[in-house]
Amino acid sequence: MYKSIVLVKQVPDTANISGKVMKDDGTVNRAMLPAIFNYEDRVALEFALQVKQKYGGKVIAITMGPPRAADILRECLYMGADQTYAISDRKFAGADTLATSYVLSEAIKKIGDYDFVFAGRQAIDGDTAQVGPQTAEKLNIPQVTYAEEILDIKDGKIKIRKKIDGGFEIVQCKFPCLITVLKGAAEPRPFQAKRIMAYKGAKTLMELEKMVEENSLLYPDKLVHEYEERNLFIPTLTADDLAVDSERCGIKGSPTKVHKVESVVLAGGNQENIPPTKDGIGSLIDRLLEDRIF
Amino acid sequence: MSNFFTDNSDLVFQFNNLDYRKIVEMAEDNFEQAKDFNYAPVNYEDAMENYRKVLEMTGDLTGNYIAARAADVDIEGAQFADGKVDYAKGTQQNLKELAMADLMGMVLPRKFGGLNFPLTIYMMATEMVARADASLMNIFGLQDIAEMIEKYGTEEQKEKYIPGFSTGQYTGAMALTEPDAGSDLQAVKLQAYQDEKGKWFLRGVKRFITNGNAHVHLVLARSEPGTKDGRGLSMFACFTDETVKVRRIEHKLGIHGSPTCELQFNDTPAELVGQRKFGLIKYVFDLMFRARMGVSAQALGISQAAYEEALMYAKDRVQFGKAIYNIPAVANMLIDMRVMVEYNRSLLYATGQIVDLKEKTQVVIDKYKKEGKSVTDLNEEVKYYTRLSNLLTPMTKYWLTECANKITYDSMQIHGGTGYMKEFRVERLARDARITNIYEGTSQLQIVAAISGVINDILKDYFDKKEAKSYPGGLSRLATYLKEIRAIFYDCLKYVTDKKDNEFQDVAAKDLVELYSYLYIGYLLLDEAEKEPRKKFIASRYIITSLANAKKNADTIKNELFTDILHADEILI
Repeated sequence: MYKSIVLVKQVPDTANISGKVMKDDGTVNRAMLPAIFNYEDRVALEFALQVKQKYGGKVIAITMGPPRAADILRECLYMGADQTYAISDRKFAGADTLATSYVLSEAIKKIGDYDFVFAGRQAIDGDTAQVGPQTAEKLNIPQVTYAEEILDIKDGKIKIRKKIDGGFEIVQCKFPCLITVLKGAAEPRPFQAKRIMAYKGAKTLMELEKMVEENSLLYPDKLVHEYEERNLFIPTLTADDLAVDSERCGIKGSPTKVHKVESVVLAGGNQENIPPTKDGIGSLIDRLLEDRIF
Repeated sequence: MSNFFTDNSDLVFQFNNLDYRKIVEMAEDNFEQAKDFNYAPVNYEDAMENYRKVLEMTGDLTGNYIAARAADVDIEGAQFADGKVDYAKGTQQNLKELAMADLMGMVLPRKFGGLNFPLTIYMMATEMVARADASLMNIFGLQDIAEMIEKYGTEEQKEKYIPGFSTGQYTGAMALTEPDAGSDLQAVKLQAYQDEKGKWFLRGVKRFITNGNAHVHLVLARSEPGTKDGRGLSMFACFTDETVKVRRIEHKLGIHGSPTCELQFNDTPAELVGQRKFGLIKYVFDLMFRARMGVSAQALGISQAAYEEALMYAKDRVQFGKAIYNIPAVANMLIDMRVMVEYNRSLLYATGQIVDLKEKTQVVIDKYKKEGKSVTDLNEEVKYYTRLSNLLTPMTKYWLTECANKITYDSMQIHGGTGYMKEFRVERLARDARITNIYEGTSQLQIVAAISGVINDILKDYFDKKEAKSYPGGLSRLATYLKEIRAIFYDCLKYVTDKKDNEFQDVAAKDLVELYSYLYIGYLLLDEAEKEPRKKFIASRYIITSLANAKKNADTIKNELFTDILHADEILI
């Protein structure tokens, strides 16, 4: 019986770009892009569900994001997650990887009592691959990145095959630990029809508050209670709930400053024939060294 | 990424316009099950939301995963070695995913692990499965085997067979056809006999059995020795065990992913399902009903895929300095294909709802009977829906499967020589489409099944009502054309019945059924055009073409064209 926490993220669907998605200042206009479940995070959830299937236990998915990120928490429920948490607060907005991993690590501590933290290697919007490792550091637990397969779990140790350049490596570590997984490592299971029907109405606190704003006949506490009773309440963890240092959250806690984003089009230039002789190859190597390609 | 539900605006249109409240309320029986199952709906709106969400998920699964494997499934095909059938790798993965998504028991009751979805919604899922991979539909569609057991089996049989379907652990096969019993199932010979304790056993051969390697078989067998016709046949259920032998699988033109088996039953222990002697005349007819709807949905899925291939290719392919899409003759073919796809869809889901009404009303009747309530009115209703279903189901299968052949044919034509090559999807689609108007009753047999409803003019009141309605603007012109078609139909019907010649009637049946279809489909499209402006184009082309076709049908019937059949021996040398 193992308890897994899966870090998931809603990302702009960069594969389906339509219209003007880059603002003039070089930042992404998220409103123009459909939001989707970051694929590698779905793979991470699949890993956690397989651990549960094989060894028993529980799978909890958490996401830090704006209110609409609740969509992917429902999708986690459709895939088989036992429980989900939204981590949301205005103070968390504008976070870079440092601030994000700080808040996530505090949320994981708050949930507590876990054996594994799973995450996708990276999100397709930032492609940094930093949040997983940074979270592990802050939790002070071992990490295994680029996991391809879980080989065995026993005696407090997990054995994993991970990808390395040109091959793979089999590593073993004590847990609790954090594991980031790669795209091809497993095929995420489809959403289950029964769970879709059962959990389609699951709502976060923020969503319930919005319902109350739109309908004066509803009372927030009563509504939360009613959703809890029906097992449809997605708890939200705010800055206050986590008792985090607000100087380390969101834009305040983010030393990364994006100087400029530009679209680089790689285009071939002139071509040149190098004679297949010793001299020819020699001069090519000299030029590559000169251009610092070697 | 393509979602076969959300990217298909016409399918979404049909879903949004379902007239489904009555059906859902009957299917969900006052929404009582919500107490026991967290996925059962609490009211009508909730049920519709459930259907929509599950169809969206099915659209994702079929569009993004299953479709991508279809070409490999076609190349690899189901394999047979050492008496064992293996699905293609892609098929195995598809079935695993469909089961994980809870879709293999879509129509089965919740207490046996199913979703309790009505037929029309199931058909929408079937259409999407077939659009992705026509051969997968055959296995997906066989959950109807479990549905039959649910309808006619004992409680013990239900518990034994059905839950395995819902989990995907079991698939089913319907073992009807034999070497000498194809269209004519009355000739079935496979023997069912009892031992001294009354236990049943099966012995004999079945041929062309789709998914014959299944875990559960429904077998039509002769339980009354010495009989020769359909009244000596009963329905049996059995598990595959060492007594059931797959002798070979067929090498087919299309649907390679679906294994077509020759089966030998060597004293296989079996259980009688339902009443003895009612195997063919009641249960198989009922099973075929749903199977015909399933094949219609399969054909529509293929048509949709072929239309899309043609459209995409025509927009890409440049000849004479422009995309061939811009050549009017090509655009005209594409419009014909599009109109076919959309009227096919209207017809399928209109018929689906009638069959739903028939089936769900029957369930209510059975329940009321148990409770000792009066069912007189409901009996009348069910009779009416049954009559309609008996006409509309074969009519649907006739048009949808013939159109799938025409659409794949034209799609290949638009591709030119390229489309004849294996590399292009349309080549597979054309092969897959070809079986649809053959199996589960050939098109010719669909005409035979539909003709009595046509001759008895069972839609008379419905058409009277439609004729009395006034349609706005340009639609009133189309309504006038439909009146004209109706006059032509009555004229032809009178001509045929006045002759009092059964053989002539048999030959004229196709034209009569077609004439009657123009009216039913024409009014469906007219009503849709009232709801959605774009649909005017569909209604307009369909009705104008149908008027021209109606005149041709009338000429065929009335100009004595068929008299030369008497001289067949002289002509057919």
